[in-house]
Amino acid sequence: MSFLSYLINGISLGSVYAIIALGYTMVYGIAKMLNFAHGDVIMVGGYAAITMMMSLNANPFVAVLVAIVVCTVLGIVIEAVAYRPLRNAASPLAVLITAIGVSYLLQNVVLLIFGSSPKSFQSVVPVPDLKLADGALTITGETMVTILSSMVIMIVLTLFINKTKAGQAMLAVAEDKGAAQLMGININGTIALTFAIGSGLAAIAGVLLCSAYPSLSPYTGAMPGIKAFVAAVFGGIGSVPGAMIGGILLGIIEILGKAYISSQLADAIVFAVLIVVLLVKPTGLLGKQIQEKV
Amino acid sequence: MAMLEIKDLEVYYGMIQAIKGVSFEVKEGEVIALIGANGAGKTTILHTITGLLSPKKGSVIFEGKDITKVPAHKIVSMGMAHVPEGRRVFAQLSVYQNLKMGAYTRSDKNEIEESLQAVYKRFPRLEERKNQLAGTLSGGEQQMLAMGRALMSKPKIIVMDEPSMGLSPIFVNEIFDIIQKVSAGGTTVLLVEQNAKKALSIADRAYVLETGKIVQSGDAKVLMNDDSIRKAYLGE
Repeated sequence: MSFLSYLINGISLGSVYAIIALGYTMVYGIAKMLNFAHGDVIMVGGYAAITMMMSLNANPFVAVLVAIVVCTVLGIVIEAVAYRPLRNAASPLAVLITAIGVSYLLQNVVLLIFGSSPKSFQSVVPVPDLKLADGALTITGETMVTILSSMVIMIVLTLFINKTKAGQAMLAVAEDKGAAQLMGININGTIALTFAIGSGLAAIAGVLLCSAYPSLSPYTGAMPGIKAFVAAVFGGIGSVPGAMIGGILLGIIEILGKAYISSQLADAIVFAVLIVVLLVKPTGLLGKQIQEKV
Repeated sequence: MAMLEIKDLEVYYGMIQAIKGVSFEVKEGEVIALIGANGAGKTTILHTITGLLSPKKGSVIFEGKDITKVPAHKIVSMGMAHVPEGRRVFAQLSVYQNLKMGAYTRSDKNEIEESLQAVYKRFPRLEERKNQLAGTLSGGEQQMLAMGRALMSKPKIIVMDEPSMGLSPIFVNEIFDIIQKVSAGGTTVLLVEQNAKKALSIADRAYVLETGKIVQSGDAKVLMNDDSIRKAYLGE
């Protein structure tokens, strides 16, 4: 029974990684850059929600909505101000280093405003815990809501990409920016939309993460951000289903590793798995081997 | 009045001047060929016309409007489609999705469906392979897809960059046949080609480009019989 409970917790944590990884992988796929500030957007989402709930007494649902709006706008602004001017820079390192800079900027701005002491986060989930098998197995409301929301997000996102014009435009831009322009697709608009979606998802991930692990500091986003990046690479960076699978597997490995091997070594195990996967399959689990006829 | 007018175009790549004051015009209904050797600046001119590059000097006038500063993605909906060099089909998308992408700027579903059927009629092979990923098509089929995709925007003028490049002789003939049919269907054509013989055989008029300058121009039939052209570009 405890195995089952670990597994469910792993899926839940993995769902959060998956939601964050979606942001990484979409931005990488479309803008061909690694947005290392993505993890910190999660943290900003957490602070936006906590501020709404604590200082303005907003109801949790409103707080989540505000967090999504704040992060979406933040994502668009970061892209327009920090990344867009460097899109045609001679070295791809320029934008990578800028992303790291944006990451520190976000952390330190939040540090200035809210201070360094961790804030306890009040869960936004109104669902009661579920007790099964005479109390031997407890599934928290947070766990259920997290798994459920990530499933909904994945389905909606997949439909969006495959069924809408804007989604198809994203696929076109991901593959060939020049040709996409010749189809009449606005590249800047499409990339901005990608950042908006990724950052909005980051806000949801932030709120879910803080509800399950109720402590929030300016550095809260860093580790989940890196883990989600690992998840995206693990699943095959640039691939949306890859990010989902990579995220969930990573969560399961982390929790089972903590439970059965060592709680101190859990992170090391996660990264070791990444190394092994990349050695065996360098493109990640679902990564596309780029093949083109000439 | 000319449909497309290029005036004193000068384009630079960094410090290097690729186009040194080029002017020409395309009238409605014409097939115009731009011929010249590798590196003469043919592709650069096309990219400048469709907004992928911006010139240092000069202007591009389309149907009386100055489109020199209009971004590439807005030019499509004005009625100009560009079939890029090397096809540039979306390899990871299906043939059908590629064609739909060509109609990105249009919104009327019925009209898009009409265009789709028209493209399938013109390229039956695309309909046979509509669910196949574009990357798995042969070079000639990809060229057809690139042309079909451009036609999906219902262009008034279609700009083609080296449509015969890398194709087998059978496909080359087929592609030029199709270009003639597209032209007969009422679409104006601006064609850039290294295969000067083929290009001149279907063009009304042609311009000869040499290191960023137009060195000769005129009726395609006359140019085809011009001694210097025959020597330099037709290999005779």
